[in-house]
Amino acid sequence: MTAMVEPAVFDLATTPLRELNRTLHALRPDTNMRHWRVINPAGRHAIACGLDAPITVEIEGHAGYYCAGHNKQATVIVHGNAGVGVAENMMSGFVHVKGDASQSAGASAHGGLLLIEGNAAARCGISLKGADIIVKGSVGHMSAFMAQAGTLIVFGDAGEALGDSIYEARLFVRGSVASLGADCIAKEMRDEHRALLAGKLEAAGLAGEVDISEFTRYGSARRLYNFHIDNAGAY
Amino acid sequence: MNEHVKPPRTLPRFSATFDPYTLSEIRRAAATGIYDIRGAGAKRKLPHFDDLLFLGASISRYPLEGYREKCETGVVLGTRFAKKPIELKIPITIAGMSFGSLSAQAKEALGRGATIAGTSTTTGDGGMTPEEREHSKTLVYQVLPSRYGLNPDDLRRADAIEVVVGQGAKPGGGGMLLGQKIGPRVAKMRTLPEGIDQRSACRHPDWTGPDDLEIKIEELREITDWEKPIYVKVGASRPYYDTALAVKAGADVVVLDGMQGGTAATQEVFIEHVGLPTLAALPLAVQALQDLGMHRKVQLIISGGIRSGADVAKALALGADAVAIGTAALVALGDNDPALEEEYAKLGTTAGAYDDWHEGRDPAGITTQDEALAARLDPVLGGRRLANYLAVMTLEAQTIARACGKSHLHNLEPEDLVALTVEAAAMARVPLAGTNWVPGRN
Repeated sequence: MTAMVEPAVFDLATTPLRELNRTLHALRPDTNMRHWRVINPAGRHAIACGLDAPITVEIEGHAGYYCAGHNKQATVIVHGNAGVGVAENMMSGFVHVKGDASQSAGASAHGGLLLIEGNAAARCGISLKGADIIVKGSVGHMSAFMAQAGTLIVFGDAGEALGDSIYEARLFVRGSVASLGADCIAKEMRDEHRALLAGKLEAAGLAGEVDISEFTRYGSARRLYNFHIDNAGAY
Repeated sequence: MNEHVKPPRTLPRFSATFDPYTLSEIRRAAATGIYDIRGAGAKRKLPHFDDLLFLGASISRYPLEGYREKCETGVVLGTRFAKKPIELKIPITIAGMSFGSLSAQAKEALGRGATIAGTSTTTGDGGMTPEEREHSKTLVYQVLPSRYGLNPDDLRRADAIEVVVGQGAKPGGGGMLLGQKIGPRVAKMRTLPEGIDQRSACRHPDWTGPDDLEIKIEELREITDWEKPIYVKVGASRPYYDTALAVKAGADVVVLDGMQGGTAATQEVFIEHVGLPTLAALPLAVQALQDLGMHRKVQLIISGGIRSGADVAKALALGADAVAIGTAALVALGDNDPALEEEYAKLGTTAGAYDDWHEGRDPAGITTQDEALAARLDPVLGGRRLANYLAVMTLEAQTIARACGKSHLHNLEPEDLVALTVEAAAMARVPLAGTNWVPGRN
């Protein structure tokens, strides 16, 4: 059994960001330094980006742009709000924002789970490529724009043009949707989709928090997959 | 008067405005209802490096011996911030072209040729293939709006990172790869369904504007521990401001692509009517670097219609640190070879004019995902041909530089040039040949 090790603390008020990220990047997969705390983040950009080790990084405050960008394996918890592009292009792991997230949360993320306790602004899950995003609040306009794969689950409402030009990503919204984007349509919730949604919520530790029957599924009508002049008005 | 003699008639006269090509396009549009899509860059006649001449040596400038005295060609890219700048033997790089638009064999050949020549090659919209990484000593990894195939492992595997804002063939336009070329491997790399028409984003998903770009570059540097040079590539539209903003955002290298730069697939109207010619764009970018005191500190790569050592020498004389070639590299591999004329004719075109690269039926096996066609291209032979071509371009540029008395290609300067046309003189900011007149300056 691995001995418990006290979290290492990085104080960004006194230590450069470069030193934090360099230290975290140097960790080997079998490191026993698995728990890290970052204090005084003060909205710094690019905190804990490019991680590739099974560690947990807790950020005690607000993070700026691209927190946990390109994450692999790691768990990154933001005890505050996150700026633009939190967990952008994440490959695997878990990013948990306890507050709200700014624009482009989880942009182009290929894998892993992004959980946002509050709201996410515009373009949440833009260009999504396989990750799961759960927003317990609402999401802004153009969310899941050109989303290719993965799942976006919204407990609250979605802004205008949800899922515009969507490919094969799956969207579940419990509240209202201001409008749907080009080629995005509401779809029937069959048992397989309810099971999928339940599985995603359970994996995120959210089983039982919401009534799955309250969600509507959205996805691609696949009418614009091959360009046809008669559809030009839809673009 | 003999009434049986026909009066003389004028010859049939084609309109300069409604020329035969224009008429054919109107007929095509009327029949199909969709704009024309094609590959390659602007085909219209544009002011270009052909409109410039070197003066060579004279009593006041003495030349270097052509076969004895050294004329260096090396260039170092990324000296501003990167811990590991790129050192190239020649200032001619291979521009970004995707696996998807090109066959895997073509990508491998580009890597092989660049490596033999001691230069870099570049990925494209769709990610990095193992073949091109394996066969490219120096590989630049593009980060594009679509983010297809983007991942941190390849960021770290790359030798440099190029944030693509735009390209010369379509400044302001996104990528396009039609269904014929979205085969299983391309689809998997791009996380797309097979056979769809892929129209990728024209804006990055998580940044807009120069202030965001600065933060994005910082993130890429942090992810790669500040080792890799970061390039910013822009299509030529507002090169003075784009260069200045790229420098402000922290770029190590600015890549500027003029409207003659090629594309795998774009609307004809976009290619021919949007952007600046390479010749017009380059001096504006150089001016921006000079105004900021960053010329030669942030390196400038120019592309778009570079074909010969003369073009290389002229681009460097105007202030570029290096050039990039795309279309010319494909021609070196065998694109549009007259030996394939019979097959081009079957496609309704002719060798030298074939540009339906988006259809994936390239008989040369270059712009295709058809396995049988792609297998026609031998990557080893293709690489050798590209290396030969790069060697010739380098020798040509050295020949000109020595004649101008320069011991390094980078010592070429605008003072070595004159222009053949008023337009080129104004754009290049060099005198009209035989005069001291630089239009717009004096």
